[in-house]
Amino acid sequence: MIERIKRYWQAISTPSKYYSLGFLTLGGFIMGIIFWGGFNTAMEFTNTETFCTGCHEMRENVYEEMQSTIHFTNRSGVRAKCSDCHVPHDWTDKIARKMQASKEVWGKVFGTINTREKFLAKRRELAEREWVRLKSNDSLECRNCHDFEYMDFTWQSERAATQHSTALASGEKTCIDCHKGIAHHLPDMSGVEGWD
Amino acid sequence: MKSRITTTVLLGLALTAGALAQNVATTRDAALDVEPNPPKISRVENDDVKRKRAYPMQPPTVPHKIDNYQVDTNANKCMSCHSRRRTQESQAPMVSVTHYMDRDGNFLADISARRYFCNQCHVVQRDVDPLLDNEFEDIDELLRAARR
Repeated sequence: MIERIKRYWQAISTPSKYYSLGFLTLGGFIMGIIFWGGFNTAMEFTNTETFCTGCHEMRENVYEEMQSTIHFTNRSGVRAKCSDCHVPHDWTDKIARKMQASKEVWGKVFGTINTREKFLAKRRELAEREWVRLKSNDSLECRNCHDFEYMDFTWQSERAATQHSTALASGEKTCIDCHKGIAHHLPDMSGVEGWD
Repeated sequence: MKSRITTTVLLGLALTAGALAQNVATTRDAALDVEPNPPKISRVENDDVKRKRAYPMQPPTVPHKIDNYQVDTNANKCMSCHSRRRTQESQAPMVSVTHYMDRDGNFLADISARRYFCNQCHVVQRDVDPLLDNEFEDIDELLRAARR
């Protein structure tokens, strides 16, 4: 028994003694592809709506109330799913966000928002976190679809065109400053700039 | 004899009512037992052009879209532009001072609870041909006509 473990250990610690260099290089390459692909596929799965709405916390609160908004149903049938707005598209940022999201697993396990009442009580805190995130990355997730460069003000209502060509164009404001609560219901807004 | 008169009168009334019912003008455009085709859903006006009032004491109408505007205990989307604090930045018309008064006429710092639900009175307008013409003439026109 001990002998056998010793043999395996020798093969692992100095593999080039036992296997050809070609086998090790090629094997490493292929395993690399499999692991990397597997990792990314698994991560992509956590970006799907099926995954997000797998928990009743999401399905019965935020997903439910999103369904009447323009980001869910509209004339052209283009729609945003959870990850389009809540997960960065760039790989490094995405990994960073996914690591933060491990806290949400904790929340799920310990039932932080497992009732409607708990969710409503925590809604302001949760919303604020998203506002801060979008404010600090200049509403990156909005801009993934709504590119300022390609906005045609002549197609916008006069009010919208005025705001977009001044406050937004100068960089003084970013999308989330005015467009809060467009996809989900708002929490108690007392004390929020522009709302109280 | 008396009962005969009553019967005649009742019969007469019933006939008149029946005849009237045939000719009641409605905006229904179809017989009562027929389900008419509903008109197309019209677009909400979104041009920021204010309308004049269509009847006395009419609350000003909303000249823009208000889809998904949240007005509840948590937030009041309308007031994020139309409140006294916000109008300088938004350049939207300010809600009238009466909306800052309680029912005893005391002024409040914020919008009165009884005026909180904006679209209870203020509504959007749709781009449709009116089913009935409005013959309302405002008091100024009446006074002008009287002076002539």
